[in-house]
Amino acid sequence: MRIVSPAVSQRIAVSLLWSMAALTMGILVFIVAYVLWHGLPHVTWGFLSQSPRSMGREGGVFPIIIGTLWVTGLAIMIAAPVGLITAMYLTEYARQSRLTNVIRFGADCLAGIPSIIFGLFGFVFFVITLGMGLSVLSGALTLSLMVLPTIIRTSEEAIRAVPRAYRDASYGLGATRWQMVTKVVLRSAMPGICTGIVLSIGRSIGETAAIMLTAGSALGFPKTVFDSCRTLSLHFYILSREGISMANAYATASVLIVVIFGINLLAYWAMKRFVAGKR
Amino acid sequence: MKQAAKDKCISLTLMAVAMSGISGLALITGFIFREGLPIMMKVGLGKFLLSSNWYPQEGEFGIFPMIVGSVAVTVGAMLIGGTLGLGCAIVLAQFCPPRLVSLLKPGIELLAGIPSVVYGFIGVVILVPFIRDYIGGPGLSVLAASVVLGVMVLPTVTSISFDALRAVPRTYREGSIALGATEWQTTRMVMLKAAKSGIVTAIILGMGRAIGETMAVIMVAGNTLDLPRSVLDPVRTLTSNIALEMGYAAGDHRKALFATGVTLFVIIMVLNTIALAVSRRRPGRVGQA
Amino acid sequence: MMRTVLILFLCCAMALAVVSLLWGGRARERTVNVIGSTSIQPFAEMLSEEYHRTWPDRKVEIQGGGSTAGLQACAEGIAEIGMCSRALKAKEAELFHGITIALDGLAVVVHPSNGVGAMSRGQIRRIFSGQTTNWKDVGGADRPIRLITREEGSGTREAFVKLVMAAKDNGADRVVRISRKALTQESNGAVKELVKHDPCAIGYMSLGLVGGELKMLAVDGVAPSPKEVAAGRYPLMRPFLFVVKGQPSGQSQDFIDFVLSASGQLILEKEGLVRAP
Repeated sequence: MRIVSPAVSQRIAVSLLWSMAALTMGILVFIVAYVLWHGLPHVTWGFLSQSPRSMGREGGVFPIIIGTLWVTGLAIMIAAPVGLITAMYLTEYARQSRLTNVIRFGADCLAGIPSIIFGLFGFVFFVITLGMGLSVLSGALTLSLMVLPTIIRTSEEAIRAVPRAYRDASYGLGATRWQMVTKVVLRSAMPGICTGIVLSIGRSIGETAAIMLTAGSALGFPKTVFDSCRTLSLHFYILSREGISMANAYATASVLIVVIFGINLLAYWAMKRFVAGKR
Repeated sequence: MKQAAKDKCISLTLMAVAMSGISGLALITGFIFREGLPIMMKVGLGKFLLSSNWYPQEGEFGIFPMIVGSVAVTVGAMLIGGTLGLGCAIVLAQFCPPRLVSLLKPGIELLAGIPSVVYGFIGVVILVPFIRDYIGGPGLSVLAASVVLGVMVLPTVTSISFDALRAVPRTYREGSIALGATEWQTTRMVMLKAAKSGIVTAIILGMGRAIGETMAVIMVAGNTLDLPRSVLDPVRTLTSNIALEMGYAAGDHRKALFATGVTLFVIIMVLNTIALAVSRRRPGRVGQA
Repeated sequence: MMRTVLILFLCCAMALAVVSLLWGGRARERTVNVIGSTSIQPFAEMLSEEYHRTWPDRKVEIQGGGSTAGLQACAEGIAEIGMCSRALKAKEAELFHGITIALDGLAVVVHPSNGVGAMSRGQIRRIFSGQTTNWKDVGGADRPIRLITREEGSGTREAFVKLVMAAKDNGADRVVRISRKALTQESNGAVKELVKHDPCAIGYMSLGLVGGELKMLAVDGVAPSPKEVAAGRYPLMRPFLFVVKGQPSGQSQDFIDFVLSASGQLILEKEGLVRAP
């Protein structure tokens, strides 16, 4: 099978990989640039600070930005700790048995269930059975269930990738299991865990179908978690698909991209501080 | 003794939290099956899965073309997104200067946050007319859906495989280089094998996102009820079937849509089992070897 | 530091769980909730905006989710009013009371460059059932016909099927199926976007949302316009329903009255709908 020399195959492979990376970056940059190019000119202070009028054809998106932050923030605040702890428990505490494998497998499968099913579950369970109504809270709880599998699986992978030697060494130094897990394992696994959380933030911000069924799509300003609200993605979807206003749809998408950018920066900053606290 | 008691206490608390998370997921799984299974039995499993007649108003529920559609679109998406994403992750982890990495990695993760509706919308505005005018067919097609989904899963695949490659101990790489292997040989024979578990996770999550995506697919796949004969033909996927009709469905129709969800769940289970089997065939796990 | 962060996280989650359980059943603020069809939603939003402007102390919240979600929410008391863009099924009609708030015409639309300007319902039926596949058979250029339909269960589609696809062949009533090759889109906007850019396409959509970029076909010799719909001459139309369960509360009745009043109907008319009969 050795027809080409290692040096040549090295060169071919590397150039191929680089062109793949360049293509990836190119596509992704193009998408962002396209949206911003069409949207940013319509993003004015008025657009950011006003409420939408006549179905979003006029006016701005202020209540919608707030709604997005509410729902996503709450969803991650619920899903991140629960997911992380579940992953920790599954890898470090639970006896590795058939049951843990089943849970792992189930989480993988749920990651692929379309969000509308989660939405329907949320609608029947949170909105109707628990009587929360269409509200920020129902939306956040539904979203947190939706991203839970992703957080569990990515955190688990990150925790499992920590070399065994680290664990042995910390036990050898007389650490308890809790100390070992929190002081050694979690810290080395932090970048991977953060990837999972950032991806989940992305997924919950981008959700539309599940949000419409659980948080609703009212254009009002959410004052408490029991109020209904609309998120930016849903607003974009309604504006563009019902053909209400293309200019405002692009502008909404631009705001969305900027918001995501802000949230990611914040997450990175938090992670940096977290890792810096290590020594 | 006190330390042990404390440890036990912590362990119990963790278990409680973990169980609440897991029971939430179990609840959803149960909900889907409870709503969907009865109608599958009523219609007859074989007829439900293998018939091509989907006329819910007349009580005919056959989802075969949609199963084909989902599989075709997902395979296409993984061919595009999986290869590009993995390639990108290798470049970032192996060949890229660290300063560039610290810029590109957050950039890619940022893109995971762009809502699928935006990807779908750009697909409709740019990709679909391009295919219609220059390649042929109605534009809305398996091809368009595969490309849009492939691009959509890129960030997920890239950033998780990147983390997996990064988690391989430095010594592995250095050892291989010291033995005279080229960087590509090292990547291919050492890094990819050592990071296999993480890469498989990345692919599974990416695949999950592709097969489970609804809005973007509805926008670009065309959603016909016919079996696709080429990549330029439009298709309907299982997810778009659910999302398209759920808003209006009632009675048996609604239950049949849940049954579509059950089918989807089972397909994902099969795909995951295959992926797991592939990753387990040769031991390649670092850490808990 | 690690531990404090973790404990903090834990507390947050626990507190939220407790809060949600304790307050979950708390009665919501007294606003009128209107949930349902996404086709009616934009119009209802216009109405609620005007309503709120006229009486600032009365609040109406409009939610999408689909006709069925609207009916379910209405049945469970989550919403006072459901919006439904299809006729109620027999079982639903026992439970709910439907109020027609407006009529909506269905326009059959093609690309502006299309030479065909009028068709009979029979021709449209043959096209949508897949029997006629080329524009030249109905007097247009030699191009394949590309069908665009709406999803199963949508009010627009049901009205179209009832009014166009139901044929009286050889004296017997039967509904011709829409061809399975038809592209299915989930909203009026999506149908419009496709037809606008594809010279081969034919679709149908809400008359109020067509705008000036598409060509509307005259059906059975009548060109579609709100006036013709109101006069009952244009054959394709459907009702938009507000649905209530039992006797509506004072507040909901008030909003319904506003919608049916002259000023409410005027708003709907301005958006291209047709007054309720």
